[in-house]
Amino acid sequence: MADAIDRPPSRIVATTADVIAARGIPRRDFLGFCSVMAMMLGLGPTGWATVARALETKPRIPVLWLHGHECTCCSESFIRSSHPQVSDVVLSMISLDYDDTIMAASGTQAESIVDEIMRDCKGSYILAVEGNVPLANNGWNCIVGGRPFHKVLNETARNARAIISWGTCASFGCVQAAKPNPSQSTPIYKLVKHVPVINVPGCPPIAEVMTGILTYILAFDRLPELDTKLRPRMFYGQRIHDKCYRRAHFDAGQFVESWDDEGARLGYCLYKMGCRGPTTYNACSTIGWNDGLSFPIKSGHGCIGCSEDGFWDRGPFYERLPHLHQFGIESTADKIGLGAVVGLGAAVAVHAAISAIKSVAERSSGKEEDTGHPRSNETDNRS
Amino acid sequence: MSRTTPNGFVLEETSRRVAIDPITRIEGHLRIELNVDDKNVIRNAVSVGAMWRGLEVILQGRDPRDAWAFVQRICGVCTGVHAIASVRSVEDALGIELPQNANLIRNIMMLTLYAQDHLVHFYHLHALDWVDVLSALRASPVETAALAQSISSWSKSSAGYFKDVQTKLTNFVGSGQLGPFRNGYWGHAAYKLPPEANLMAVAHYLEALDFQREIVKIHAILGGKNPHPHWLVGGVPCAINVHGTGAVGALNIERLNMVREIANRTREFIDQVYIPDLLAIASFYKDWAAIGGGLSSKNLMSYGEFPSHANNSSNDNLGMPRGAILGGDLSRLHEVDLKDPAQVQEFASHAWYKYPSGNEGLHPWDGVTECDFRLGSKGKIEQDRLINVDESEKYSYVKAPRYKGEAMEVGPLARLVIAYVAGRKDIKELVDGALRKLDVPLTALFSTLGRTAARGLEAQWAAARLVETVDDLFANIRNGDINTANTEKWEPKTWPTLAKGVGSCEAPRGALGHWIVIRDQKIANYQCVVPSTWNASSRDPKGNIGAYEAALLGTPMVDPERPLEVLRTIHSFDPCLACATHLYGPDGAPLASVDVL
Repeated sequence: MADAIDRPPSRIVATTADVIAARGIPRRDFLGFCSVMAMMLGLGPTGWATVARALETKPRIPVLWLHGHECTCCSESFIRSSHPQVSDVVLSMISLDYDDTIMAASGTQAESIVDEIMRDCKGSYILAVEGNVPLANNGWNCIVGGRPFHKVLNETARNARAIISWGTCASFGCVQAAKPNPSQSTPIYKLVKHVPVINVPGCPPIAEVMTGILTYILAFDRLPELDTKLRPRMFYGQRIHDKCYRRAHFDAGQFVESWDDEGARLGYCLYKMGCRGPTTYNACSTIGWNDGLSFPIKSGHGCIGCSEDGFWDRGPFYERLPHLHQFGIESTADKIGLGAVVGLGAAVAVHAAISAIKSVAERSSGKEEDTGHPRSNETDNRS
Repeated sequence: MSRTTPNGFVLEETSRRVAIDPITRIEGHLRIELNVDDKNVIRNAVSVGAMWRGLEVILQGRDPRDAWAFVQRICGVCTGVHAIASVRSVEDALGIELPQNANLIRNIMMLTLYAQDHLVHFYHLHALDWVDVLSALRASPVETAALAQSISSWSKSSAGYFKDVQTKLTNFVGSGQLGPFRNGYWGHAAYKLPPEANLMAVAHYLEALDFQREIVKIHAILGGKNPHPHWLVGGVPCAINVHGTGAVGALNIERLNMVREIANRTREFIDQVYIPDLLAIASFYKDWAAIGGGLSSKNLMSYGEFPSHANNSSNDNLGMPRGAILGGDLSRLHEVDLKDPAQVQEFASHAWYKYPSGNEGLHPWDGVTECDFRLGSKGKIEQDRLINVDESEKYSYVKAPRYKGEAMEVGPLARLVIAYVAGRKDIKELVDGALRKLDVPLTALFSTLGRTAARGLEAQWAAARLVETVDDLFANIRNGDINTANTEKWEPKTWPTLAKGVGSCEAPRGALGHWIVIRDQKIANYQCVVPSTWNASSRDPKGNIGAYEAALLGTPMVDPERPLEVLRTIHSFDPCLACATHLYGPDGAPLASVDVL
């Protein structure tokens, strides 16, 4: 038994599909899972065969999951995944060799795993990072295994196949990087070059987005296509507002004006209560949360934009999109909200204007330079 | 050389020093250093909080109505507890009355968290301290089924089911990739369960992993998502519309039914899986009812939680009462007043912060802190690796909070004992029933095993109360009340120039308080004193030690290099270090030079 435990992963021959079969999951269920994944990943009606082939021929990828400055909400979200179920991910799809939130070993027994993976799986393991790196006080504001977290990151990043930055902390800095960022918390992509970084923002990200990205890498042996902020386009290509089920009320000029008013009880649009849906790129209004059951707007609260870079400093959250004031959207929305007879065309035009203005505003603000906007590393992704 | 602390613990700095870093299966970053004697008994324990994020200074100048979202990100494991303390602090400062539906919905959210958080703690963060996963491979599925059926009516307990689980486990281990079980302490002499109990527990580890995500669907329904559901000052964001048209945009009968259904299934899982497992496992580890007691037999505290009626802060109105026990005197409950500047104070003499007032304690409304990372004269860093701290000087990012100058233990054990002492019948029946089943006296609670048992019993209590509270919500709506938010003081122009408030809650891990000062409609000061700050506390200027350090003293270890016993006691507190480490800090700290790869 000890021999089996200590055997380094490089000698492993069991594929993901072998392990799934060995766990007693029927072939029919396995293929069903493949077609669900294929649909989620937008692979079309024959995509299931590609997923199945990939899972049947590849060994489980070792994953080192590190924790820096964070609150562990990403790990908690990850274990909420319903398709695939997290027990299948951890036991059948990846080999989660290090994750200090759930691993059995502590102290030296835990730390030696990092050394073993770096030695035995050079260039083939995935480094998943939850949280960011505080640089103040020479990095001693976050100590892991007796060392500043940035040292641990530097070492483990060097030989990773790719880095997944879980959540807004690792992707953009999140709450501890909000002004004045006292611990100088810094996102991963700013500290690591030459290794592809995938940003998976959200506070936390949706569970099925997290497991979907891992499964994509496994199934297709490549990294997903990323946008200029290094986010997978498949999940971050559209705004919440684009697919919001309350969008018809926005277009019809029906707004919640005050908490628990008649509009709130009728499920009207939350734009006037500060909803950030029109400027937030995420899959909440399509995939939904907790098995697709709801998302913040569906439960009556506006989106706070938690997957956006710097969203904490774009408050107050209950003021409607403040940077749109100068374009006259406010007065238009108010007029519509008063119940004036306004044609649908006008309301749609309002929305089109918000979209156009938003993109112009972002381009003209020069924000890319100011914030050290992530570079695209799409060329790396195919290496 | 040994010395006795003012709170009655003997510390001895023996020559053998052991560091355990990271302590895994917790939230956040914690390091424990120990001195053990020649018989491997722990004689000195040092709890080092190893992270600091600075959230409280980030809050300054912001809109108080936004604060819940910021502070909720203190912790994603006990998600919601900081948000609820925050909205309560703002409501207290501004004198906002809460509608009863909002009170009930918040209680439902908190009870849901208790059930899910305690369940995940038991199976996924704590069980591997007691359960030897590899031993399960040797179990007889037939005998495992007999064991399971003898303790519970849970349907998944046939020999075929356990055989199936065992086959999966065998193949998983056979693949050579052990994942989270890699390098575990399998075969350690401190593991006492027979293979069949181990197999049953592994099966339920997997079942609980799948079931926990069902429980928090209640948060998704009422708060939009979990982790980190959404909250509102003055109420809850989910409007109620059960009668009219357009009800799909609000909490309607379909959503309420779903909440009720999940609550019922949660209660069933905890009653039929968690509690029988807990009692079965505990029966093999009764020696741990005499280990790890620490502060628990002396000082316990609870701020109270689960108000039955809105806007009533009396102790009778709370499902879990407020109070403190000092010096092990179970005949007297002390009043806890979070606004009294002489009661709760924080000290930073041994924490990596600077106090302008030196070694004096500060009430949280006056709290000031500045990061000051430096080791004491005996501390050692070699090649960017911390070798050891010097606990006679500053050694942790966790401050030392004190109640009337005393170090306190908080958490499920404290809550149950305080409710027991306060004469609460429901709690008394629950606790006495478990003690009878295990055939141990009340004092057995003051131990590592007692802490773990108390958490399970509280989960059972919470799940039952969750079902009742959903009924209460139905009843309140049936009586014609559909209000969920009070917006009278929503607009900042209605606020006074200066307002101060306290919001408290009993988080799953214990007493949590947020202190807010609002000036000119903005946050002027914000301080949090959280459960794990109490339990993971650093030493205070008088030399009193905190709950973690006290609980480890006297623990016999089989092998200090394989510190399973330390994990048992530390995990019995369910540490949350992102919460515990103080959050306040200065800006403009010097940037380190960092290698970019």
